[in-house]
Amino acid sequence: MLKIDNIHAKAGEKEILKGISLTVNAGEVHAIMGPNGSGKSTLAQVIAGHPGFEVTSGSITYGGDDLLDMDPEVRAQKGVFLAFQYPVEIPGVTNAYFLRSAYNEIRKANGQEDVDPMDFLDLMEKKIKLVDMDPAMLHRSVNAGFSGGEKKRNEILQMAVLEPKLAILDETDSGLDIDALRVVSSGVNALKRADNATIVVTHYQRLLNYIVPDFVHVLAGGKIVKSGGKELALELEAKGYDWLVDAA
Amino acid sequence: MGSSIETLVNKEYQYGFVTDVDSDTLAPGLTEEVVRLISSKKAEPEWLLEWRLKAYRRWLTMTEPHWPNVKYPPIDYQAARYYSAPKSVKPLQSLDEVDPELLATYKKLGISLTEQKMLAGVAVDAIFDSVSVGTTMKEELSKHGVVFCSFSEAVHNHPELIQKYLGSVVPYSDNFFAALNSAVFSDGSFCYIPKGVRCPMELSTYFRINAAETGQFERTLIVADEGAYVSYLEGCTAPKRSTNQLHAAVVELVALDRSTIKYSTVQNWYAGDKEGVGGIYNFVTKRGKAHADAKISWTQVETGSAITWKYPSVILQGDNSVGEFYSVAVVNNKQQADTGTKMIHVGKNTKSTIISKGISAGEGQNSYRGRVQVLPKAEGARNYTQCDSMLIGNKCGAHTFPYIEVANNSSMTEHEASTSKIGEDQIFYCKARGLSTEHAISLIVSGFCREVFKELPMEFALEAQQLLGITLEGSVG
Repeated sequence: MLKIDNIHAKAGEKEILKGISLTVNAGEVHAIMGPNGSGKSTLAQVIAGHPGFEVTSGSITYGGDDLLDMDPEVRAQKGVFLAFQYPVEIPGVTNAYFLRSAYNEIRKANGQEDVDPMDFLDLMEKKIKLVDMDPAMLHRSVNAGFSGGEKKRNEILQMAVLEPKLAILDETDSGLDIDALRVVSSGVNALKRADNATIVVTHYQRLLNYIVPDFVHVLAGGKIVKSGGKELALELEAKGYDWLVDAA
Repeated sequence: MGSSIETLVNKEYQYGFVTDVDSDTLAPGLTEEVVRLISSKKAEPEWLLEWRLKAYRRWLTMTEPHWPNVKYPPIDYQAARYYSAPKSVKPLQSLDEVDPELLATYKKLGISLTEQKMLAGVAVDAIFDSVSVGTTMKEELSKHGVVFCSFSEAVHNHPELIQKYLGSVVPYSDNFFAALNSAVFSDGSFCYIPKGVRCPMELSTYFRINAAETGQFERTLIVADEGAYVSYLEGCTAPKRSTNQLHAAVVELVALDRSTIKYSTVQNWYAGDKEGVGGIYNFVTKRGKAHADAKISWTQVETGSAITWKYPSVILQGDNSVGEFYSVAVVNNKQQADTGTKMIHVGKNTKSTIISKGISAGEGQNSYRGRVQVLPKAEGARNYTQCDSMLIGNKCGAHTFPYIEVANNSSMTEHEASTSKIGEDQIFYCKARGLSTEHAISLIVSGFCREVFKELPMEFALEAQQLLGITLEGSVG
C-alpha cells in the first residue's frame, strides 16, 4: 500500500530524514519508535504532506501512485489519515460540522453524493461510543477547550468516521492516562481491517501492549537503524535506545 | 435574486424626471446652481430645495475630517459630476469589456448572464414581464399599508412623513459627508410601516433600485410606527461597479415606541485592482433613533470597497430601548476599513450589544472604532462589546479604538477583545482531513464570524459565507 523509498527531507535548512525506506502492506500495523529528535513525527507529517517540510530526494508511492505529487487534501481524500500529535483548535466550527465537511469532501472525491446531515449525525453518535466520548462533544467547537486526552480521542473519533485506508498515529499516546490509553487503543483496534493499515509513532512500548504491531522500526538520526517484530519493542523497553543509536 | 433584477429595471426613475434626460449630464463641479438643478430635475417642493441649500451652504463652511485610520489621496469635490440621469451613462457593449476578475467572481457566485451584464453596466435588451416580482410584492405590501418606494417617490406621495423625519436622526450639519449628501442626494429608499404592523416580508433594495447605475449619494429613511416590525436588506454580494468613486450615503432609521427595525447590509463594492486603484470609497452615515421599548439592530458584512468608513449607530432615546450592532468587516489586498458603531444611552434601562469581527488579509488595514456613551440620566444602562480581530498572513493590520464614556454609575459596560491569526497549522489540519485550502479558510473564517452571520436573514447568510470565501481566496500563501 505504501512504499517509502530512500526519502530525504528537511525543515528549512536542516535535514531531518536522511534516507528512510519502508513498505507497509494492507492489514499491517507498523510501529515507529525512537528517541526525541529522531524524525518520527517528521516522517508522519511528510506522509501527510505538511508544507513545513521539503522532500529533497526519494519517493513515496501510495496504492501505486506518486504520493508526493498529491496535495495534502488529495491524500486525505484517497484515504490517508494523520492523527495529529498536537491537534489544532478551530473556534466557531463544531466537531459535527467539521467532520461532515470532511466526510463529504472525501465522498465527493470518490464520486459520491453528500450525506444527509441527519444520517450523518446518527453515524457520528454510533462511532463516538468507540472512543467513550459524550455525544454533546459533537456540538462543541473543534478541540476548543478540550483537554489533551479529549483532543486525542477526538482524533480517533475522526478516524472512526472517515475510515481511512492508511492511518498514521503521531504520538497518540502522549499525555494520556492509562484509561484514556485503553480507550484510544481499543478504538484503533476496532477499526483495523484486512484492507487498511496503521503506522503508530510512539516513544513508549506501553501503547504497543494495547495496539500490537506486526513490525517495529527504530528511527535514530533520521534513519531506520533497526527493524523487527513486536519483541523489538520489549527489547527497547529493557535496554533503552542508546545501544542502537551508538551503533548507528 | 435572479429574476428580481430583471424586474427592477422598471419605471422607478420616471418620478422626479419631467423630461427625457438622455443627453443630460452636468459639467463637473458643485455650486448652488447644481443643487437647484438637481432639485428641479426631480420636481421637488420648495421646502426640500431650501433644505438642500441650507445643507450646501453649511457644507461650504466645513472641513473634511481626517481622523480615521485610513489613507487616501485628496478628493477634488469640484471634479465630480453631481448629476447624471441614468440613461446618460454610456453602457458597455458586451461582457468582453468587463474586468475579467469581476466576471470570475460573478461566475463563482452563480449569477446569471443577464444579471452579470446589469451589474457590470453592460447594455441589456430587456423585455420584462408585466407581472413582475416587484409588482406582486408591492401589492402584498399595500394590503398591509406598508409604504416602500424610492425616496423621490415618497417626497411626492408622502411629503408629510419626509418633512417630519428627514434629518431628525442625521441632521445635515452632523458631519462633512452628511452635509454633502443632504445637498446633492440622488435617491434612495423610503419605508414606512404603520402602527402595529409586522411587515410581511423582508424588504430588499433589489426591488427598488436600478442596479445598473448606483446612486453616488443615496438617502434612505425608514420609519417604523408604534409597535411595527420591519427587516430591511441592503446590498448584494455581487461586486458592483460604479462610475463614481465616492459614495457617501445617509441612512436614517426611526423606531417609534415598541417597534423593531432590523437593517442588514452585505456590501461588496468594487475594491479596486490588486493595487487598490479604482476602488470605491464607502463613506456612510447610518444612524437610528429608538424610542421607548423599541429595538434597532444593524448587521453588516463589509467585504468590498477600497475604503470603508462607517459607524451604524443607535441613539437609545426611549426607556428600555435596545440597540445592536453585528459586524464582519474584511480587508484584503490594499483595502482599508475604519468602522464600528456608536451606542448612545439616553433613556433609562437601555441595552446595547456590539459584536464586531474584523478580518485582515493581504496588506489590508482594519480598524474598529466604537463609542459607548452613557449620559448622566441613563439609569441602569447595559452594554456588552466583543471585538475580535483575525489576521491572515504577515502584512495586514488590525487596530481597535474603543471609546467608553460613562456618566451614570448605575450602568454596566463590558468590553472583550481578542486577536488571532489563522495559522498554517489550522489550514493544514483541515487539508489533512480532505478540505481544500479555499474550503479550509472559508470554514475557519465562518466559524470566526458565526455570531454575526446568524443575525443575517438566511438567504444573505449563505451568500455572505460564500462571499467571504471568495474574498479571502489566495490570502494564505
